[in-house]
Amino acid sequence: MSLTADAKRGLQRAMLRTMLRIRRVQERIESEYLKDEMKTPVHLYIGQEAIATGVCAALRDDDAINSNHRSHGHYLAKGGDLNAMMAELFCRKTGCSKGYGGSMHLVDVAHGNMGTSAIVGGGIPIGTGQGLAFRMRKLDRVSVVFFGDGAADEGTLYESLNFALLKKLPVVYVMENNGWAVCSATATRHCGDNVFHKGAPDRLFSAKIDGNDPELVFAAAQKAVERARRGEGPSFIECVTYRILGHAGCVTQDPKGYRDPAEIEAWRKRCPVCAYQAKLLAEGVLDGQALAQAESEIAAEIDAAFDFARQSPLPTAADLHRNLFCE
Amino acid sequence: MPWSRIKPDTNEPEFLSRDMHGPAMRGIAASVPDFEQVGAGRRITYAEATNEALSQALSLDPGVFVMGQGVDDPSGMFGATRDLHKRFGHERVFDTPLAETALSGIAVGAALGGMRPVYFHNRPDFLLLAMDQLVNHAAKWHYMFGGAANVPLVFWACVGRGWGSAAQHSQALQGLFMHVPGLKLIMPSTCFDAKGLMLAAIKDNNPVLIIDHRMNFKQRGLVPEEPYTVPLGKGVIRRAGRDCTVVAVSHLVTDAFLAAQELAGEGIEAEVIDPRTLRPLDEELILASVAKTGRLVICDTGWKTGGVTAEIAAMVAEKGFASLRAPIARVANPDLPTPSGYTLEQAYYIGQDDIRRAILKTVRGSGS
Repeated sequence: MSLTADAKRGLQRAMLRTMLRIRRVQERIESEYLKDEMKTPVHLYIGQEAIATGVCAALRDDDAINSNHRSHGHYLAKGGDLNAMMAELFCRKTGCSKGYGGSMHLVDVAHGNMGTSAIVGGGIPIGTGQGLAFRMRKLDRVSVVFFGDGAADEGTLYESLNFALLKKLPVVYVMENNGWAVCSATATRHCGDNVFHKGAPDRLFSAKIDGNDPELVFAAAQKAVERARRGEGPSFIECVTYRILGHAGCVTQDPKGYRDPAEIEAWRKRCPVCAYQAKLLAEGVLDGQALAQAESEIAAEIDAAFDFARQSPLPTAADLHRNLFCE
Repeated sequence: MPWSRIKPDTNEPEFLSRDMHGPAMRGIAASVPDFEQVGAGRRITYAEATNEALSQALSLDPGVFVMGQGVDDPSGMFGATRDLHKRFGHERVFDTPLAETALSGIAVGAALGGMRPVYFHNRPDFLLLAMDQLVNHAAKWHYMFGGAANVPLVFWACVGRGWGSAAQHSQALQGLFMHVPGLKLIMPSTCFDAKGLMLAAIKDNNPVLIIDHRMNFKQRGLVPEEPYTVPLGKGVIRRAGRDCTVVAVSHLVTDAFLAAQELAGEGIEAEVIDPRTLRPLDEELILASVAKTGRLVICDTGWKTGGVTAEIAAMVAEKGFASLRAPIARVANPDLPTPSGYTLEQAYYIGQDDIRRAILKTVRGSGS
């Protein structure tokens, strides 16, 4: 990072805060999910926080992100309002999608999050098209697409990469390889560990990095974003990480027997949030007191967001026919 | 907003049968010069009318662009996109890779990014590769996000009937798309509407699908030069009559019109309705006509089962049953893939004569 020492520490503290916030929000959802108040399928982001955090730290407010069914981390890292997200999970009128979208369809237009698709691979061309629009409108905005290794099975990725390269679009493709698509291991679906190579035609700037290290993610994203802004075309970053929880729902809803508990345990030991926290404490970037304060502020914010969601009105039958078309 | 400068909600003054391509009219149509000045408009081809709409939209709004396989070919999509790239540049009128799935998503994304894409697909058959983006994404976006974002885009595809086009190059799939909430669906039948509906589709803030038909491109018609829009969701009566309502789409409007003219000689006056948009459908117009005539024949270029004729018949049975004095008749293609050989094609496709027999049977209880 070519930053002053002060700026670097500021960035590090901000990234840790973002990672902690995402983690604590996910944990609270997980712990309350069986109360059956959040009647929407949740896909939690625990273990992958460094990716959304590192990438979004390299973006401006007016840059676009395109996410997927596992979108809480991207939404929050890009600046999304927690109250509106929780209200959406509680199916309330005050939700970011007014209760029409649910957990898989978060939106935050003010921060360039134009809505998330839950069709695996469906958001990849849409993010590419946003890049096309920015190029045609002669704006220096960048479009980032987050997708998983499951989406890398889909043809839309290769069709989109080809077009983005052809037109030199300002798009950054961020693949979060978390090892699993529902209960199918990456190795059972791909002919070798080759997504990175498939996504790396000659002229494409690409990198395969440790997705659990926010500073590595930030550095790769920053380089890709700068290239895109300069008109040098798209990039592909594969971030290796791990989905600690099941595909959807809480811990007890993850079916047993499809993956080795030792594998989960090994990745838990590589927890990106714990590791980054330990690193910043060891380097003296922040102290225990500052960390405790951050934790308590985040806890209070989450309490307030859950309260807000619970107290918000539910949409009614009168809302059913609204919003099909834009006037 | 540049779109406020164009003439809104314009309707064709009258249905000019002599412009149409039916066998009885072909001789007359052929004798009409290309750009004859007639009243408020000029007599131009269907392709020229579409081309003019695109050209005016491209001039009017820098957000509009045209994409699709072959839009910059010398033939330019039956002439509909011919030479637009020369006037507006390859940035705004561009050929695409043969990757309909992603390119459709790219169009959706460009719309979300502030543009108004017009995506030309050669055939509705190829739209099936775009189904995920059309149905799962474009049609859902405004509703699914509570109105936070919208997708102003136009998809266009042309049914390729005839010349042995066979099962994968001639499907009229409007029934599939009519099923999907969140999509607007247009099927123009005249040169005037080809222009006005194209401009209305581009102006609209929602995803709009235009299903055109190769037979339409045989027409010439009276088209005003100034830009105008034809209202979406409003049908028109192409011929007034008291005995039977005939709802027909696309080029079958001409066939229905000619069948009605033929039956006038036998004392049967059929009212021909062109819905122009199938979604939203002008239910009021159809129901009011059925209330007057008590009889209904529905004609579609697609299949019969689960399609446009089925939907319109069900709508009238639900909302206008008391008006009906005879069973509803449907004229649609048989539930088969399109065969290639011309003798089989001839047996497969429905047209003027089938419509004439259906009207006769509905009115007199016998089709002969």
